[in-house]
Amino acid sequence: MTEEIIIAGFGGQGVLSMGKILAYSGVMQDKEVTWFPSYGPEMRGGTANVTVIVSDDRISSPILNEYDTAIILNQQSMDKFEKTVKPGGVLLYDPNGITRHPSRKDINIYKVEGVEEAAKMGNVKIFNMIILGAYLKLKPIVKIENVKKGLEKSLPERHHKLIPLNIQAIEKGMEIVNKAS
Amino acid sequence: MADLEKIMKEENIVYKKTKVLTDNVMHYCPGCSHGVVHKLIAEVIEELGIQDKTIGISPVGCSVFAYNYIDIDWQEAAHGRAPANATATKRLMPDKFVFSYQGDGDLASIGAAETLHACNRGENITMIFINNAMYGMTGGQMAPTTLVGMKTSTTPYGRNIDLNGYPMKMTEIVASLPGTCYVTRQSVHDAASVKRCKKAIKKGFENQAKKIGTSFIEITSTCNSGWKMPPVEANKWMEKHMFAYYPQGDLKDAERDNPDDYIKYIK
Amino acid sequence: MGELKLMKGNEVIAEAAIRCGCDGYFGYPITPQSEVMETLMARKPWETTGMVVLQAESEVASINMVYGGASCGKKVMTTSSSPGISLMQEGITYIAGAELPCLIMNCVRGGPGLGTIQPAQSDYFQACKGGGHGDYHLIVLAPSSVQEMNDFVNLGFELAFKYRNPAMILSDGAIGQMMEKVELADYKPRWTDEEIEKISGDWATTGKKANRKQHIITSLELDSEIMEKLNHKLQAKYKKMEEEEVRYEEIQCDDAEYIFVAYGSSARICQKSIQIAREKGIKVGLLRPITLYPFPTKPIQKLAEKVKGMLSVEMSAGQMVEDVRLAVNGKIPVEHFGRLGGIIPSPIEVVEALEQKIIGGK
Repeated sequence: MTEEIIIAGFGGQGVLSMGKILAYSGVMQDKEVTWFPSYGPEMRGGTANVTVIVSDDRISSPILNEYDTAIILNQQSMDKFEKTVKPGGVLLYDPNGITRHPSRKDINIYKVEGVEEAAKMGNVKIFNMIILGAYLKLKPIVKIENVKKGLEKSLPERHHKLIPLNIQAIEKGMEIVNKAS
Repeated sequence: MADLEKIMKEENIVYKKTKVLTDNVMHYCPGCSHGVVHKLIAEVIEELGIQDKTIGISPVGCSVFAYNYIDIDWQEAAHGRAPANATATKRLMPDKFVFSYQGDGDLASIGAAETLHACNRGENITMIFINNAMYGMTGGQMAPTTLVGMKTSTTPYGRNIDLNGYPMKMTEIVASLPGTCYVTRQSVHDAASVKRCKKAIKKGFENQAKKIGTSFIEITSTCNSGWKMPPVEANKWMEKHMFAYYPQGDLKDAERDNPDDYIKYIK
Repeated sequence: MGELKLMKGNEVIAEAAIRCGCDGYFGYPITPQSEVMETLMARKPWETTGMVVLQAESEVASINMVYGGASCGKKVMTTSSSPGISLMQEGITYIAGAELPCLIMNCVRGGPGLGTIQPAQSDYFQACKGGGHGDYHLIVLAPSSVQEMNDFVNLGFELAFKYRNPAMILSDGAIGQMMEKVELADYKPRWTDEEIEKISGDWATTGKKANRKQHIITSLELDSEIMEKLNHKLQAKYKKMEEEEVRYEEIQCDDAEYIFVAYGSSARICQKSIQIAREKGIKVGLLRPITLYPFPTKPIQKLAEKVKGMLSVEMSAGQMVEDVRLAVNGKIPVEHFGRLGGIIPSPIEVVEALEQKIIGGK
């Protein structure tokens, strides 16, 4: 199994930390993982993206032409990454703020109302965990108990009390993800 | 010959070279201040009994070969970087005595940043600064400390402020830094000054054991060859001109600033 | 098995330094490697292992602090990125000239000048051919994963002390910034004074004992006859390294008709390119130099006997390719492919370059 994922959105949406939690969950499940971010000034308010690769084997390139899954959280990222999904692959997106919806017919497209649901749950910061939940529903590459362990490893101790809320958000994401028509 | 043997007895000795000074013949020009300062450092090391605990950092310049004359472990630093070598050496071996030995080009020009920052961090080291107002080794070029009007090979018509800027009072600058504990300006041109200078060097080394900050000892010096003067004349010239601009004596004798005094700025 | 963690390449350099018993780190912030000192400062190893960590006033000061620390027989290191490493070259040649062990990590970014903060491999010449003045070499290790960033800290120090020579980890912004699973080494205590005496007791400036001569650390010798001898001694050391310390990895070379030669992150990209090329029926393998100095000349010579061409893939305008060509010595075509200015080539671009420059060009 090798799963190559791009997660892309605005800086501040929790793109990098979501990738990190997914990668750490992979470590907890005894997988090989690579987390490769875009870095530099663009991190501050501009677009941010991260490649996450989870595999049973030694991982080759962190730079990829195409991905098994693209998780897209703003319009710029849609413009840039829709075309990079492998035929038959998955595109998961939050329609909030998207003006041009994905149009490819050779891939599987899913929607998750992450922004809306996070607001309903009363904490905008768990947005990225709702998205992660939606992804894990589509691609159950790591078990939820390992995601919990991943959260424990990647969050500082003082934030551990928030882990149940994060898990709740992941479960919510799993529940509300649906196939775009 | 027989008479000589009779005279050369332990009880007749009135002066003895410290064993911390090697028997190598010094390469310094006659009248140069380096030799005297080397001797003073060697004597201080012997008196404090720290020959096995002292590490010297020599510069690039006339005193690059200081390691040939003082019988301790030495590092020969890159030009201007002796305070960086000294910083790491002291931090990694805090129970050792570490001193840097630099000239004016090394310490005040190319190594100005390293000097200021070592002093500002309050490294528990002793810095010896030989200020003879010119680059000796490379043939008498202008140094930051060259006096106004002073002729050197790169200021053949005399140092001109518009062209070359002002003579740099490194010692005053260093005294203003909170990390220094003892900053003094000394000389070795007569018996009284040699005595005072030795006391200053000794204090600089003793401060290391107290861990109270950086000790900085300028020794205002002559460079007979570079100045193109016989030694006696050079000494007189130094007293008249150098001492006027570089006043002798202690600039600071305290402990490094109390870190607690700075906390109020955060609060 | 050691502790498993997900860490950035730069962070793991710090962690590995603490765990391998490093005595001192001296550095200056520069993107994309500032995480090294940040991690060290957050870890406060001076409270646990006693390791000294100091933010210096410049890269010039950092490398000369390393010079001072290395003179004392201590395990000391610094890290920086390209412009900072350029500033350090004076200190590095002094350290090489004075025959001192130390570790330097260059997290390469695109140049020349201030350049970019994105990954590049354009400091190969600087790292492998001297960099500063005089005839000298560094031992240059090229990690291509976060795990190797971890492993090469210890290996770098080992080789540095074995040869009394500075060692460099030539990383880049990609390896430094990426996170991967890493198995951390167990803690090794720092050397005691007695151990340092045993290892470096015949040269280190630890204070002159009554029963020994002075130890003088210097690269200065005004007598040309002696200076030439000292140079020959250095050259003999480099020759020994070339004979004994070459490290490399061959991937799918057994049946290969073409070879990528690539190190660091380029080698990672080439592994994907191999997959893509083989799906198209092109039999290509990868020779990955792990030591860039000493360079794996002989393994490349050997491969040149049986393959049709080689493509040196580097994020530079073509630097390592010169060493590949020297090894191959005209036997088969050798070309270079690379992107510049901080752009990382994609695996497909590399395959296309192979098709155009080597397969099509024969």
